[in-house]
Amino acid sequence: MIAAIVLNGFRALRRDRGAMILSFILPIAFFSIFGMIFGGMGGSGTQRVSVLVVDEDRSSVSGRLVQALLQEPSLDASTHAKPKKGEPIPPDYSATSAEAAVKQGEVPAALIIPNGFGAHPIAMGPGTGSPPIRLLHDSSDPVAAQMVGGILQKVVMTSLPDTMAKVGMQYFEKASGGLTPEQRQSIESAMSRIPNAPVQGGAQSGTPRDTGFIALDVRDVVGEKHNSMIAFYAAGIGVMFLLFTASAAGGSLLDEAESGALDRILSARVSMTTLLAGKMAYSALLASAQLTLMFLWGAAVFHLDLFTHVPGFIVMTAATSFAVAAFGMLLASVSHTRAQAGAVATLLILTMSAIGGSMFPRYFMPAAMQKVGLVTINAWAIDGYTKVFWRDEPIPHLAPQVAVLIGAGIVLFLIARRFARRWEYA
Amino acid sequence: MASPAPAIPLRIDSVVKRFGDLTAVEGVSLDVRERACLGLLGPNGAGKSTLIRSIAGRVRPDSGSIRVFGQPAGSAAARAELGWVPQELALYPLLTCRENLEAFGRYQGLRGKALHDGIAWCLEWAALADRAGATVKTLSGGMRRRLNMAAGLVHRPRIVLLDEPTVGVDPQSRNRIFDMVAELRGQGATVIYTTHYMEEAERLCDTIAIIDHGRVIAQGTKEELVEHSFGRRSDVLMRFASSVENAAAWAAAHGGTLQEGDGGVAHFAVAQPTDIAALLDAAGRDGLEVIDVVLRRPNLESVFLQLTGRDLRQ
Repeated sequence: MIAAIVLNGFRALRRDRGAMILSFILPIAFFSIFGMIFGGMGGSGTQRVSVLVVDEDRSSVSGRLVQALLQEPSLDASTHAKPKKGEPIPPDYSATSAEAAVKQGEVPAALIIPNGFGAHPIAMGPGTGSPPIRLLHDSSDPVAAQMVGGILQKVVMTSLPDTMAKVGMQYFEKASGGLTPEQRQSIESAMSRIPNAPVQGGAQSGTPRDTGFIALDVRDVVGEKHNSMIAFYAAGIGVMFLLFTASAAGGSLLDEAESGALDRILSARVSMTTLLAGKMAYSALLASAQLTLMFLWGAAVFHLDLFTHVPGFIVMTAATSFAVAAFGMLLASVSHTRAQAGAVATLLILTMSAIGGSMFPRYFMPAAMQKVGLVTINAWAIDGYTKVFWRDEPIPHLAPQVAVLIGAGIVLFLIARRFARRWEYA
Repeated sequence: MASPAPAIPLRIDSVVKRFGDLTAVEGVSLDVRERACLGLLGPNGAGKSTLIRSIAGRVRPDSGSIRVFGQPAGSAAARAELGWVPQELALYPLLTCRENLEAFGRYQGLRGKALHDGIAWCLEWAALADRAGATVKTLSGGMRRRLNMAAGLVHRPRIVLLDEPTVGVDPQSRNRIFDMVAELRGQGATVIYTTHYMEEAERLCDTIAIIDHGRVIAQGTKEELVEHSFGRRSDVLMRFASSVENAAAWAAAHGGTLQEGDGGVAHFAVAQPTDIAALLDAAGRDGLEVIDVVLRRPNLESVFLQLTGRDLRQ
């Protein structure tokens, strides 16, 4: 008896493509996506942190530090913007342009080595006169600033050992009340044997010390925000559920096709294009309402600063809703049954949400995965909302995100219209 | 100069529709005059719904033409004149009766008073005024059927296409639907009514086209169809105690038919009631035990059986 029940289950499963996809394809797809994001696809697995380096001091000591930072394998450090193909190398960043780059989200952090750093590079405690290196960071990536600060301490230890020893002895001498001539001669002899060339790479890296040999002035240049990640999660989770809602709303087309209502509607004075446009308008309005509710909830409960960002919110919500509504229409028009549409929607939406940053920020992902994520609606929507709520960028700066979302919506709608021809006439 | 004669409501000319290897409609030609009720009578799969859907503009014929008041089927002008009631319950289950009627009225381009009046008329016509605020899923089967009919008529079309509107309803609801069709006709609508129930065609339609395998095999009033198939002969039904195979062979040898699914009943057309005696004698001589004999005037079912050798319900 039990065997018969089991057999029936497998027979039904074999003929249910949707259930097969959800049972076997979706887990493998997700396993692969998460493996690529966190496992590095068999690579080193450690995510390099991008950082801009500005040398205002131009001394030999600061130059050695910059070189060591550029060669540090844990960092993706650069002193100038990447040159475009066939164009000369752009000038080095200034403190101002580096700060602007961090504000615009191009990199999560920048190090500014100040004038006078070479004269007093090492800080052996507070109030030692050493001008601090400024670490400008974007706190939407809370990990990057911590990593850059730690790696900087390590790089100093490995690249400026002679300077460290020299300054250390000065402090010792000051604290101990002076050295005898014999002691001084002996120490100077020992210090002359300390190499002053930077250590290559990070092969000899040690554990960065929290005490800090470099005075560091850490500043969040994007500004103090309440609950910084709320806007990200409101957009990320919101878009993911919008996609589910839009696919369900689009699925009403399949319900109507099955019930015969679609035939009846099309036998009236309604064209297929009008019907699809109407369905899409409903879906987009529903999506807008969902996003508005999510952000209002975020404002009420998590102190999300919605009311000072209303214009940007409206622009991004309109563009995002348009794109997800078109996605729902396409999904419905290529599916033959509601069950099939549901299975495909689950597979696609969860995949898009994973690589598009709805589940965790894309800046945690390897660079290649971040680029792959740009094929999703999620990534562009989240980037746009981040610009609005995190970076306080003006509406014109949303142009790339809005253009991509609207463009994607138009293309998806046109494809959906093409597939919907099968419903027009028998 | 004399004004041109008004176009007849529906003219179907040599329409052919194929789905792959299957010919669903094969060279059908029909004219339907104003205020007429044409019954399309045929078994399941005969091509009735395909023909109706072609008139409604939802199926494009491979050849031939369909004109609605002189306008090509599927054109905006033709759609405005037609009210199509599909066989399926093509409604929004989560909307109320009134909301469904409003939706389909708007799809027909109605606004304002015209829409309001159309909804009010439909609710009265379908006897759903007291359930106007009820959602479809809370209605009985018969009520859903009536609402399904009403949803096709909010715009008060001059031609009404009813595709098997009584499928799956109880006798009481069926009678209610018959009354609705009669009321429509009384208000001047031209009705095309498909069914595989000959009682419905006999009761509602003044002309009937019998369809089988996509072709119109006979057309006319009920009396014309019976006269054409039987002349003055009568229909004799004989039930045998013998095996169906033996009875079928015997019936065929004596000019009758006996189909599987007939419950062992053979049909004969006889010129005189006294011919029954000859049939009974012959059965007795051939060792067949007759357990029941009925003499009746031929009806549409008899006509269909006579024309196709098959029962309407097969």
